[in-house]
Amino acid sequence: MSTRTHSALAHKSTFNVITKRLLHFLKTRAFFSKTDSIISLCFFTALFVIIYTILSWAIFDAVWTKENVAQCQDAVGACWSVIDARYRLIMFGLYPYDLHWRPSLACLTIVSTIILSCLPKLWEAKRLSLLWLVGFTTFFLLMEGSLLGLKQVTTDQWGGLALTLFLFASVVLVGMPMGLGLALARRSKLPLIRYGASIFIDLIRSLPLLTTLFIAAVVMPIVLPDWMTGDKIWRVIIAFSLFFACYQAEVFRGGFQAIPKGQFEAGDALGLSYFQILSHIIMPQVFRHSLPGTINMVVITFKETAIVIIIGFFDVLASANAAFGSGEWAPYYMEVYAFVALIYWSFIFSLSQYGAYLKKRMRIAIH
Amino acid sequence: MSTYIKKTFNAKNQLIQVAFLLAVIVIIAGAYISARDNLAELGISSGFDFLNRATGWGYGFSLLETSIEDPYKWTLFSGFINTLFLGSITIILPTALGFIIGTARDSYNITVQAMATLFIQTFRNIPLILQLVFWYAVLIHMPSPRQAHALFDVAYLSNRGMMIPSLKISLFMPIILVLILTFYWTFKNKINALKTLPSFWVYGILLVGTALYLLSVEGQLLSIPNLKGLRFVGGTTIPIELITMIISTSLYGAAYIAEVVRGGLNEVPKGLVEAGKSLGLSERMIWLRIKMPMALRTIIPPLGNQWVFMMKATTVGVAIGFSDLFMLISTSITQSGQTLELIAILMGSFLLINFSLAQFINYLNSRMTLKGH
Repeated sequence: MSTRTHSALAHKSTFNVITKRLLHFLKTRAFFSKTDSIISLCFFTALFVIIYTILSWAIFDAVWTKENVAQCQDAVGACWSVIDARYRLIMFGLYPYDLHWRPSLACLTIVSTIILSCLPKLWEAKRLSLLWLVGFTTFFLLMEGSLLGLKQVTTDQWGGLALTLFLFASVVLVGMPMGLGLALARRSKLPLIRYGASIFIDLIRSLPLLTTLFIAAVVMPIVLPDWMTGDKIWRVIIAFSLFFACYQAEVFRGGFQAIPKGQFEAGDALGLSYFQILSHIIMPQVFRHSLPGTINMVVITFKETAIVIIIGFFDVLASANAAFGSGEWAPYYMEVYAFVALIYWSFIFSLSQYGAYLKKRMRIAIH
Repeated sequence: MSTYIKKTFNAKNQLIQVAFLLAVIVIIAGAYISARDNLAELGISSGFDFLNRATGWGYGFSLLETSIEDPYKWTLFSGFINTLFLGSITIILPTALGFIIGTARDSYNITVQAMATLFIQTFRNIPLILQLVFWYAVLIHMPSPRQAHALFDVAYLSNRGMMIPSLKISLFMPIILVLILTFYWTFKNKINALKTLPSFWVYGILLVGTALYLLSVEGQLLSIPNLKGLRFVGGTTIPIELITMIISTSLYGAAYIAEVVRGGLNEVPKGLVEAGKSLGLSERMIWLRIKMPMALRTIIPPLGNQWVFMMKATTVGVAIGFSDLFMLISTSITQSGQTLELIAILMGSFLLINFSLAQFINYLNSRMTLKGH
């Protein structure tokens, strides 16, 4: 009996403490002075109106299934029927319809590769590169199919989100070692190589990505001999990777600068070779130091993949355009763009939040 | 022994460098040879002679006078001016907006902070080109000029663009003004006669002179758009592509710059702000005299990067048909086939723009560093 009263009292007091804290918080953070209170109320109302408008458009007043499409004409909210009817096109583009299980599985592989590489346990050059190689190979084999004995689907039939993810993953995978190479070249003791790397990095960095990709798509067939021209998608991936590499090289350079010179000298004194010093002493630390910058670059790269639509790829944005392009769905462009924006947003938001968290954690660890 | 090792080591290094140089030469020579062969096959003569040929095609937006008989050099120059114009808008507007939102993000008031966070997280995490096509789609679905949305009966928004009142002044006047002001600012502290002259006199005379000139010479000043039949007469029309570019790059850039500004404000030592408070300074004065000057030193380098980024990002305007340098270059390539020359012009222009911007940022940076550090 007595214990019960005691716990009730305790509950009451914790409740009191929480209310007190909340009141104090509101007093200092929202109602500090008269003008402050007015501003707070205005902004609160505005926030409420914005969020309510968005929610009622997207959820409360929305039409959800393609069977109810007739209701869309009178509905004030979103008409998600268009997504219900066309999501396969947005996700997989012109990939053969009855083979859609393959890109679904492939996208799942890449997404889980990305999620897995966020685990600190796997933060070792060997483990990470193995993970990405396996993830990427699985993706490619599933999509392409001929090596697994499935029906072959060539890259020109790939599209939608699957193509966006493919471009993104291959750019990161190819660009990362290139970036490391460029960063090392820029630090080289040999002047020619150092200057060469600097000029190359600065040149690519001062050109818009679109120009680089455009050169790869349009100019390269002229400059390269016929046997080297290859498929447009590979040229664009290589150009995009070079772009990624030049920025990533600068991120690595920051990582290198954080390492005291004494460590190189210590390695020298132990009689280790250049590559031994790099791989056993320097690189593990450089990777740690440049992790936040790297995540930032990965986020930017994912965002920038969207511009391949300009040079004629059927990526997720192009397939979104196609999804409402046909007459009956034309009025519902807003819903389609909102859907694609949500895909990009959730991916980029979670990655950049993760990057911010890491940065904070590392700041605590360093100080 | 040790000198021997050093020598072989050096020899190895020299060998690597020579190999590298050879590889570069081989790549360039190979590219040259295959380009020559490929171009000969296509029947295109290289060189910059085509710049004087008439283009024979028109394009949408331009600040300069254009016609389809313009030579390539004029068309490309007009594209360059468009890029500079759009670039300066996408630098100035997002910077102003970004400073406001970044300060709001740093506010102690949670509702203000929440609003700023909502803005930043929405516009930062969606690709620019997606925002671009979205706003373009929204604007293209605006009503036709006859049912245009009116703003106070002087500006109209329709699917043709935004009709706004325009000032009827010749280009001559602003140029003279700018020249006088530049001259005054440059030599203010160098010529004794100007030093003794109070500055408000100079500005006053300029202001009165401008007003007198406008009233006497130019006659009717404002031209207000008016619906006549199916289209508007008078005023200036801002084409829909330009509005789209301005809206989307401003929102996207502002979200980025707001984060930069917030980062800078965060770096200001707490003690300084508390010192200001204990001196009885108002919030506004603390922001103006303590926080901002301190924060600017951390803000300017990333802000400069952001400016360069925004300048380059204007190229995505090609997706909605905004006639900037990139779009005109790519159209010229399909029309004339002079791929290599045109790409060289494109690269050269962007190197020039970025280099000048970098110089400006360095200048700002050197102005901002604390004296004695």
